Amino acid sequence: MSYEASAVLDSDTQDAINIDRSKGDFTFPERNKFDAGRGLTSKTIDYISDVKNDPQWLRDFRHKALKVFQDKPMPTNWATKDLESIDFDVIRYYLSDGEKPKRSWADVPADVLETFERLGIPQQERAFLAGVEAQFDSEAAYSNVKEELTKQGVIFVNSTEGLHQYEEIFRPWFGKVIPTGDNKFSALNSAVFSGGSFIYIPKGVKLKQPLQAYFRINSENFGQFERTLIIADEGSEVMYMEGCTAPKFETATLHSAVVELVALKGAKIQYVTVQNWSSNVFNLVTKRGLAMEDAEVRWIDCNIGSRLTMKYPGVVMKGKGARGEVISIALANSGQHQDTGAKMIHAADYTTSNVVSKSISVGEGRSTYRGQVHIPKHLKGCKNNTECDALLINSHSRTDTYPAITVKGNKHSTQHEASVSQVSEDMLFYLTQRGLNKGQAMSLAVNGFINDLVREFPMEYSVELKRLIDLEMEGSVG
Amino acid sequence: MLTTAPTTPAFFPKWFADRQKAAWDRYLAMPTPKRGDEPWRFANIKQLDFSEFKTADATSANDLIARSTGLEQPVAKFVFVNDSLVFSEADLPEHVICLPLSEALVSHSDLVEKHFMKQETRLGSAKFAAWHEASLTNGLFVHVPDNVEVEGTIEVHHWIAGENVVTFPHTLIVTGKHAKVRVVDLFRSADDMSPGLAIAVNDLSAGPGSKLDYIAIQNFNEQTRIIQINETSTDRDASATGFILNTGASWARNESLSSLNGTGSRSDMLSVSIPSHEQEYDQRTFQHHASPGAYSDLLYKNSLYDLSKTIFSGLIFVDENAHHTDAYQTCRNLLMSDTCEANSMPGLEINADQVKCSHGSTSSQVSDEEIFYLRARGIDPVNARQLIARGFSVEVVERLKNEPVEELIIRFIDEKFDRIANPV
Repeated sequence: MSYEASAVLDSDTQDAINIDRSKGDFTFPERNKFDAGRGLTSKTIDYISDVKNDPQWLRDFRHKALKVFQDKPMPTNWATKDLESIDFDVIRYYLSDGEKPKRSWADVPADVLETFERLGIPQQERAFLAGVEAQFDSEAAYSNVKEELTKQGVIFVNSTEGLHQYEEIFRPWFGKVIPTGDNKFSALNSAVFSGGSFIYIPKGVKLKQPLQAYFRINSENFGQFERTLIIADEGSEVMYMEGCTAPKFETATLHSAVVELVALKGAKIQYVTVQNWSSNVFNLVTKRGLAMEDAEVRWIDCNIGSRLTMKYPGVVMKGKGARGEVISIALANSGQHQDTGAKMIHAADYTTSNVVSKSISVGEGRSTYRGQVHIPKHLKGCKNNTECDALLINSHSRTDTYPAITVKGNKHSTQHEASVSQVSEDMLFYLTQRGLNKGQAMSLAVNGFINDLVREFPMEYSVELKRLIDLEMEGSVG
Repeated sequence: MLTTAPTTPAFFPKWFADRQKAAWDRYLAMPTPKRGDEPWRFANIKQLDFSEFKTADATSANDLIARSTGLEQPVAKFVFVNDSLVFSEADLPEHVICLPLSEALVSHSDLVEKHFMKQETRLGSAKFAAWHEASLTNGLFVHVPDNVEVEGTIEVHHWIAGENVVTFPHTLIVTGKHAKVRVVDLFRSADDMSPGLAIAVNDLSAGPGSKLDYIAIQNFNEQTRIIQINETSTDRDASATGFILNTGASWARNESLSSLNGTGSRSDMLSVSIPSHEQEYDQRTFQHHASPGAYSDLLYKNSLYDLSKTIFSGLIFVDENAHHTDAYQTCRNLLMSDTCEANSMPGLEINADQVKCSHGSTSSQVSDEEIFYLRARGIDPVNARQLIARGFSVEVVERLKNEPVEELIIRFIDEKFDRIANPV
């Protein structure tokens, strides 16, 4: 059941893919003015706080978080044992070129600019991006918010700038959606975070164009711990896109972000992620949104890269009529484990949530869905719908589903459904009859499987996504 | 809880004494489950304090024999009180072995040894399975040889009599090639007030092409707790059905593991639970597809009243080579009060392609339209709701396709609904 890679795609497609691949595969000489060294102690924390000129409350916050991180056990009682292969002592927790975030392209160092150039950011900006905040190592090396946004009162800065300049908005919500002690990795992030975005959308402002940030990891063994906080004030709307590619490294890198969203009354936040870390990255991310009355938080999440991803975007529906949604696509190739899911916490009456998850396991890849739906006793009229579908491509592919649904009281309804299947022989036969080779037929079938979800992504992402999936499917079929 | 090793009677074979001793050591060595252990997620660990309980001899046997009514005409009937056999009668085909375990251990030692507690307890209660193995003194052993079909049903009554009594009911059923048998276990308490504890194990081994049905009716008083561990294995083309009815007990934990070891084999795992008051049912299931081309289907339905709580955690596990697997898992919760709590964790672990697997879990209340429909036909809302809950449960029972047994189960279901509708 295995075919030669070359037989799968024609040369044009191959070329197109090869260009893409090379874009994620380059590094530049490291030039770090500030380097906290390897390993994690309270000295590392002080070092980071000194460099970043943290206020005292934040320094204390970091120290407390470090303690929590050290005290918490690894969650290996339910999660994969692969987590134990992370060596926290060889990771560098802070790197920066020590320069202040730049305002215009001209100020950005040439090699950094070249990285972005090759990633295609400027073109995309010309296309229709509203603002760019690209992260090179831990500090945002470039940040540009279009004037129009500034006029509307939108704040789009990195998290350090956010906490220094907008403390009165930043601090009340910082660490409130995801408390330090939520899990071991959110504690780690709270201790050493740097970079990430802070976004504030004022009352009633509806952004027509999505905000976007690109992240890159560029120093070997360097963990990226960005911290993003988005606050959408009453009646506002925002879509935020995050895409990740990372150069290939020889040893494992750790990425542990914390993303907090706050949607105040009637606000809408959509958070789109395309994750394509190289396959040695541990991607352990905590993402959660808080939806107040009639607000909506949507996570659109696509995981293609990394060695191990553990990510369960959550929505806490705290106000009456709030709505939460997670749409996720995961593709696990050989050597990869995509452990993703969703967490829906209903905390008010008439709240509704929807989870649609599709996963594809290729080669020896393993994909896992883990979900939690919680509806407590005193509420009424809560609804949840969960669907997870898994597609297995090869005979050693693996998929798991572990939902947990708690419903108290009888004024609610929940449904959960999951299915596992393979691409049917009939379908492949039909397509090969029409002149496609088996690889193309499989790619088409896989793209068809996720098509209804891909449509939820912004156009440029869905194109990128389809191409990434073709790339991953390459040579895997038989 | 017992603190000294139980003694194995001298007339039991040596292998059994060795097994019991080894089990006791294992029991002592294993830690008690604690909060945070994944197999005990959502579970009430406080229920695992069994220090009050001790074994006891049979009492009020005659009264309990008289109350041991089940099917109209069982082909064999056994009554155990506190694990002691107090009554037995059987009219079975030739060569069928259907004996109390204490007798079978002496007369068919090799055969029992071959099948006695062969599977590892994987769903969380390994410590309690070891306690059971170390402590059990009796039970039922059924062996149906090749090509023998037992028409009718073997009926077994397990009573707990007296205060703070622990029992270790054991049922071991083995079928040969193309054999057929059906066994019903009924678990009850002698009175309504005395706390009791049952650590029950039933092992079912279905030989090639055989048909094995096992039904457990758990109707203990609401002071009693039970851990019931079921292990089923199916050989080529075999079909095994396991059914559990939970109406009694203050806390019940069911662990059901089906291993599909032969191509073309089939396992049906069924359960109906109707908890009320503060009853808590904790059910963990495992459908292990070790062989390609096997079929398993699980259907668990819960109707929850008052402050009751259920936990369902199921896993379909498909081994790497088990292609052409068909596996289904459905858990449905009918929420009949606004204070009940239903937890479902339907899981899948698939290591092969060419499989068809699905699971579904729903939790909902009776819809207003259904109530309206029945009211429009002159049925009051209370009865209408009861009627819908009954129909919801009976659908599972009908999967057994044996009228006398279905009637017996429905009798217990109706009794429970009566108790809910007319509390004392």
